[in-house]
Amino acid sequence: MDELMLDRNAIAGLLQEVFAADMTTAVGTCGNCAAAGPVGAVQVFRGAGIVLRCPHCGNNLAKIVKSDSRVWIDLRGIRTLEVTV
Amino acid sequence: MAGTALRRRLTWQLAELVEVDAETPRVKTIVFDVPDWPGHRAGQHVDVRLTAEDGYQAERSYSIASAPDGTRVALTVQRLEDGEVSPYLTDELRPGDKIELRGPIGGYFVWEPSEGGPLMLIAGGSGIVPLMAMIRTRAAAGDDTETRLLYSSRSQDDVIYRDELERLSGNGLTVVHALTDSQPPGWTSYARRVDAEMLAEVAPLPAERPRFYACGPTPFVEAVAEALVELEHDPVAIKTERFGPTGR
Repeated sequence: MDELMLDRNAIAGLLQEVFAADMTTAVGTCGNCAAAGPVGAVQVFRGAGIVLRCPHCGNNLAKIVKSDSRVWIDLRGIRTLEVTV
Repeated sequence: MAGTALRRRLTWQLAELVEVDAETPRVKTIVFDVPDWPGHRAGQHVDVRLTAEDGYQAERSYSIASAPDGTRVALTVQRLEDGEVSPYLTDELRPGDKIELRGPIGGYFVWEPSEGGPLMLIAGGSGIVPLMAMIRTRAAAGDDTETRLLYSSRSQDDVIYRDELERLSGNGLTVVHALTDSQPPGWTSYARRVDAEMLAEVAPLPAERPRFYACGPTPFVEAVAEALVELEHDPVAIKTERFGPTGR
């Protein structure tokens, strides 16, 4: 449990804005434990920006930092991302 | 298809407030008319953006409370005392006022009658909102999917949609309340927080392969999800949504 755990809704709109597709149903594979699951099921924390963590192993899947004019996304913890187009 | 692609690109739209209804002392339902609304599915949410005169902007996400109904979109908002957005939405907005809104957003925490059941909905406080959209969608479609709602509130006065839930009960819908802090005289239902024992009593058996949707504050949702896994329900069938700080 973590008081900084966020409402996942808070990132769904931002991700859809960037990827132009619903990302909550996109399936991500964790770069650490290889568990695959919908992005809508990851854990979201406030860190230096917003941090997405694997619900199975806690690995940092992605970091997102947003300013007024740009969004910076670090995806190093995600091995693959499968998006319905 | 071009139309589909356009629909997926999220754009801010002006929404006009058409109706405000008090649900509880701290919770109101605000109904908007959104001219270009593409329709939504139960469980989805919208982002709301307010802009101050000096240009400062605040964004929040709110679950949609209503079943699909043309260009009408209802949000149910709990007033947070130190909130930046909710006091404005619940206390300041008047019919005819316009705000910016975008959506619908999210396809994960979603249920439609075609997905079937049995459906087990578990709500903590205002976590009832997206689950109510599912119950209303089911009712509007005349769907009789076996549906159970376990709804935890502090007291009877804090129960959102109380009369409507009572009215919609039956035809496969069972509503079970848990009142954690105070109970009216003669209360015979649960008078404690949701726990594994309660879930075992209320939820369908794992063999019936129920679909779970749990929504509420983070500690509530975490406790429910852990208890369901403990009861040997399929983790993949447990969808959760948290009401917490939004990080904006």
